[in-house]
Amino acid sequence: MRVGLFVTCLVDLMRPSIGFAALRLLKNVGCEVVVPESQTCCGQPGYNSGDRKSAKSLALKLLREFKDCDYVVLPSGSCAGMIKVHYPTLFANEPIVLESIKRLSGCTYELTDFLVNVLKIEKIPGHYSGTLTYHDSCSGLRELGVQAQPRALLAKMPGVTLTEMQNATTCCGFGGTFSVKFGDISTRMADKKCANITQTGAGAVVAGDLGCLLNIEGRLRRNGDLRTKVLHVAEVLAGMEDTWK
Amino acid sequence: MEVTAMHFKRKAAENLGDEKLQQALEKLQTKFVDGRAAAIAELPNFGEVRDAAAEIRDKVVRHLDRYLLHFEQEAAARGTVVHWAETGDEVNRIVADIARQHGLHKVVKSKSMVSEECGLNEALESQGLNVLETDLGEYILQLAHEPPSHIVAPVVHKSKEDISDLFSRHHASPRKTGIAELCREAREVLRPGFLSADLGISGANFIIAETGSVLIVTNEGNGRLATTLPRVHVAITGIEKVVPTLEDATTLLRLLPRSATGQSITNYVSVLTGTKEKGESDGPEHFHIILLDNGRSQLLGTELQPMLRCIRCGACMNHCPVYQNIGGHAYGWVYPGPMGSVLTPVFVGLENALDLPNASTFCGECAVVCPVKIPLPDLMRHLRHQQVQRHLRPWTERVALRLWSWVARHPAVYALFTRAAVRLLGWLGGEKKMLHHLPGASGWTKGRDMPAPSGRTFRELYQARRSP
Repeated sequence: MRVGLFVTCLVDLMRPSIGFAALRLLKNVGCEVVVPESQTCCGQPGYNSGDRKSAKSLALKLLREFKDCDYVVLPSGSCAGMIKVHYPTLFANEPIVLESIKRLSGCTYELTDFLVNVLKIEKIPGHYSGTLTYHDSCSGLRELGVQAQPRALLAKMPGVTLTEMQNATTCCGFGGTFSVKFGDISTRMADKKCANITQTGAGAVVAGDLGCLLNIEGRLRRNGDLRTKVLHVAEVLAGMEDTWK
Repeated sequence: MEVTAMHFKRKAAENLGDEKLQQALEKLQTKFVDGRAAAIAELPNFGEVRDAAAEIRDKVVRHLDRYLLHFEQEAAARGTVVHWAETGDEVNRIVADIARQHGLHKVVKSKSMVSEECGLNEALESQGLNVLETDLGEYILQLAHEPPSHIVAPVVHKSKEDISDLFSRHHASPRKTGIAELCREAREVLRPGFLSADLGISGANFIIAETGSVLIVTNEGNGRLATTLPRVHVAITGIEKVVPTLEDATTLLRLLPRSATGQSITNYVSVLTGTKEKGESDGPEHFHIILLDNGRSQLLGTELQPMLRCIRCGACMNHCPVYQNIGGHAYGWVYPGPMGSVLTPVFVGLENALDLPNASTFCGECAVVCPVKIPLPDLMRHLRHQQVQRHLRPWTERVALRLWSWVARHPAVYALFTRAAVRLLGWLGGEKKMLHHLPGASGWTKGRDMPAPSGRTFRELYQARRSP
């Protein structure tokens, strides 16, 4: 099984450990993992800002880069949603390209969804001991149905206790460029998310999208919370939660 | 109603700092979000009903002309006069003409968002008519001279204390504090208004093509009084509100109150058909229906057409984390929240509501709760695309996006750019690896830190690992 790993531009820039954690999780179960070195961005920032043209050219670039893969896996629900749900919309009126785009969309998975529903993994390589709370990132949850998968994986880790926060499925306020364009509103949304996280008393908040993690951690630290860890689910599962700093 | 959507950011910031408003908005969660969830849970076949509701509305929108003409024919056959209005001003003129023709002076209104689109109250008052809002929320707003901040609960932004103050000031009566007492006081003021009115104005939740009827759902009974006591009844509604049959309306009614207020059914469901016949004791002598376009037909045949399926339940705003934090007034026109972020730019011009389609994280909850499956984030994204095509976005944003897209399409440049960027940001992050200021992203750093990158990109670390 040839699995293409698209780490996403945000992970590439801001937190490479998530990419390596995903790599370890996939290799651990014997996947042949390819990481096309020319990979950059899936085109979501342009797409959501109304620039369809640039989104389309980046979609075609990604299509070329991963054409030999049986699966494409991303440690991000939002970028996976872009490929799975929105790429076909972008090429809806171009039947020839649409066919390959649909094949790509069909074999693209968010990481935890892939681990649970395709690889059906039983053993988790990482070890973690402590209480976690899980934040459901919007696109993964609502576009791809990622909700039970990360929780099922974390439940397989003997040292992990999962404590659900209130309104776990409510947006943290990130929203890509929204977080900068509407900073006040975004911060207030992050504030409410942080309050719900703190209320659980968990030692760490875990999510499947780095955008949310940066937003949540940024607000926690600004509020003086230096204790609560903010982790990507791949880092926890791969046992790499302390390697990135 | 005055359009202030251009001041979205300023108004949103004000509202975020308004403690009283923030407290009032907490009602949304318990009353509407939890209420809807419980009401939906009691429908074992919710998914099927929702599919059917969406299909009914979609069919109507696809054949809007046919159903509207059918409605007109059936309504006329029952003595109802159907008027067609292209703009809000035209609605106001038609109502004023009706009032003049029948010599009417005292108007009682039940809640109508479409009349807010037209600015009807001001127009009628300028013609010397006396207008009394009779929906409790709208009555409160009329006293306070404020626009509604929600399409179902127009006064959701006010606290009970605000209303106590307002009533004691306007009714010249001792200040009441209990909800029941306040309601009784409003009822005592409104009753004589109903009894002396000669013109009743209402909206319509649906208009039924097969019977030419107007269907109204209310909880206070004011709708029934306003439409049956006065001599003349004028119902004003948007052209998209038509449904083919009463059967279709009942399907939609299984979802409308549940989605709106978490009720399995509203206290009143009124189906108003024709005028009072000889020997009948209730109903108006004259019944007029005004069908308003006001930009709706522009949506037909475009990517925004699904918006016309909307049944105005307000679930999208109740569940929108942006609306929940800033309230409805920030959106600057009749319709707030996600549905307003689509409708306002269409009705008042894309260039007059630039922020609205962008004021969403695309969390998608609005589309999840919409009873007629309107893909609201997709529609907002489409408006963002139109803004880009019409060069309505700020040049800084255009340049930044174009630059990023160009860099991302050239992997070698991308590698150089990202390597430089992560080194710089890593260095700026210092020992604590935290950025407190970011040039060009003060929107972020005003309220949050930015965790700094480690100083190497994934791509370079990966390459280094592969080539020992």
